[in-house]
Amino acid sequence: MKLLTHNMLTSNIIKGVTKGFPLGITSTKVEVKEVDFNPAFVVKTLTKIDYPALYQAAKDIGYADGLPEKLEDNIKENEELLKKLHNALLQVEVIEGELVCPESGRKFPIANGIPNMLLQENEVENVAQ
Amino acid sequence: MTTSFKTPLLGSQDDTDFDSVYEPAEDSFLLLDMLEKDHAFLTSIDPGLCLEVGCGSGICITFLAQILSNTATFFCTDINPKAVEMTRATALKNGQTVEPVLCNLTDALEQRLKGKVDVLLFNPPYVVTPSQEVASSGIEASWAGGIKGREVTDKFLPKVASLLSPKGAFYLVVIKENDPDDIGRLMKGYGLVMTCLGSRRAGREFLSTLRFTRQNYSGGS
Repeated sequence: MKLLTHNMLTSNIIKGVTKGFPLGITSTKVEVKEVDFNPAFVVKTLTKIDYPALYQAAKDIGYADGLPEKLEDNIKENEELLKKLHNALLQVEVIEGELVCPESGRKFPIANGIPNMLLQENEVENVAQ
Repeated sequence: MTTSFKTPLLGSQDDTDFDSVYEPAEDSFLLLDMLEKDHAFLTSIDPGLCLEVGCGSGICITFLAQILSNTATFFCTDINPKAVEMTRATALKNGQTVEPVLCNLTDALEQRLKGKVDVLLFNPPYVVTPSQEVASSGIEASWAGGIKGREVTDKFLPKVASLLSPKGAFYLVVIKENDPDDIGRLMKGYGLVMTCLGSRRAGREFLSTLRFTRQNYSGGS
């Protein structure tokens, strides 16, 4: 699971959880897989993510080296920074680890690179059909 | 110009994998063929973020990644643990990267993906079955559609318009019993226009692939 994916996951479907974002993350196995660097794609992707959540997640698994706490507006011209963001978003993969709902503490395992976000029926809000 | 893309190889270990994961069949191949036919349109919307719901063996999302030359992010979900594992393997086997998430429909992703999905795929469990056969996480989940074969599809349709980006397109596989005209009316209520890309008879099933786009989006960029 890439950190880009972590950035898109929420646990708000759990009964009583309102936002469920960002999920806490821990890792026991991380792999960095080379992905072709496409600066335009990184810039486009940055418009879709929550940067503070990416920064925090990268920090939590020990891959925030060189990432700024806040993003400046002129990132387009900063290729060195774009490469670091490319790495954090697209190359770093959590293979084994855990995600944690920030409100309920419910844990979601990451196994073989796939987050298991399945919930029991009794954990989910009953939606009227 | 006609482009032709290879059908992805499957990332299964042996045939028993298909005891628990839906093996690609006519419906899967129809969706592949229609995506290929729609390649020019897909390229014109320059997708950055794609999502398949119920990815099964992973053949469709892998194919989409292939035809878009992997210049987007490809998320996919399935409720079946074996399916997301096979999807990951299928993508890797074909040199593609997809991001599988084990969850029901788009439960864990829909909040954050609102308005961001450029290409959305759903080959739902569409077979007409008794309602009790719907909701499972095993192989039945891949085909059991309950009344009119619409029970799972109808849970997802109301989410589509909010997931799609302004230029986004939603591809849905249906059979005649699902009442495509009724689906068209329903989606019009959400501001989406239906186009039938193609139909095919496969045994007892009369399959179609439908595409939905926003009323105010005329294609191209």
